[in-house]
Amino acid sequence: MRVALLTGLLVAPVSLAAAEDVAQVKRLSGQVRVERERRTLPAVVGMKLQPGDVVVTGRDGAVGITFHDDSLLSAGPDSALAIDRFAFDTTTHDGRFETTLQRGTLAVVSGKIAKHAPDAMRVRTPSTVLGVRGTEFLVRVGAPAQ
Amino acid sequence: MMRALGLAVVIAVLAAACAAVPVLRASHDEGVVLLPGRDGKVGALVVTYAGQAQTLDAPYSTARVQPEGHLATGTTTPEEVRAVFGPALDAQPLRPVTFVLYFLGNSEDFTPESKAEMAKILPEIAAHPAPEIVVVGHTDRVGSVPYNDALSLRRAERVRNELVQIGIARESILVAGRGEREPLVPTEDEVAEPRNRRVEITVR
Repeated sequence: MRVALLTGLLVAPVSLAAAEDVAQVKRLSGQVRVERERRTLPAVVGMKLQPGDVVVTGRDGAVGITFHDDSLLSAGPDSALAIDRFAFDTTTHDGRFETTLQRGTLAVVSGKIAKHAPDAMRVRTPSTVLGVRGTEFLVRVGAPAQ
Repeated sequence: MMRALGLAVVIAVLAAACAAVPVLRASHDEGVVLLPGRDGKVGALVVTYAGQAQTLDAPYSTARVQPEGHLATGTTTPEEVRAVFGPALDAQPLRPVTFVLYFLGNSEDFTPESKAEMAKILPEIAAHPAPEIVVVGHTDRVGSVPYNDALSLRRAERVRNELVQIGIARESILVAGRGEREPLVPTEDEVAEPRNRRVEITVR
């Protein structure tokens, strides 16, 4: 019992730092990969994601991800979504959630972080920043003009 | 029924007229669309581009970065949204589903009705791919904030143990205590309120 309590105490602060699981892949179709620390991993349903991960879908790919604050993010084909930062305190609901859609299409249902504090959740594109006051929205980043 | 249909057609035609210029389809740009929420509420987005900020707060309102280098706002339609964002929308994970169990005062024992509620949770878990179960305890405002933080966590842990007993893997269950911060029914401090003594079980 004491060990379990101690583990609980240790886990809480660490969840605010990097390299902690912050989300899970729930839906998948076609080719989807995760770039993590210069490695490329094939995405599977149930895969846990961390800050720093970039989720990349192929031409026929799509992916749905549920974050620990109940935010739902899903990307269509030819997309790249970077999880820049995610911190969520399950007791106070304080947190920060920053992602970047580098290219492609993204559907968002914001969760508890955005509900607790306006602007605690941000979605970036190459040239814009979206401050999220809730709740459902879509983002698109086309290929750069040649 | 016919009248409702007629109205829907009028609304669709008006919406199409507003969206005479496709706001999303150009291949080279960046754009955002605010959608109505599933609960009917519409949120808001603040879009910042090169120091300009625009707030979107109407359903199907859009902001798009123009090639000339400014942010243009407009309105789109459900049809255009479907054409551009269909695959992303189809990939959305299932919405989290929440069950609420109620507790006896200053106690980790739940009410008899709440025992029956537990039985509904298993089918929901089966419906979710890679299910995670989040168990969050709450208290009323009798007692100090730190005391209630601890009590709410004990209630959540009690529920986790019950879920493990009905066959749910312990490692798929996360527990947290929110203390008295999130009452269902707001009260003054030190007021006993049974509806606030609860644990919410979310399957996501």
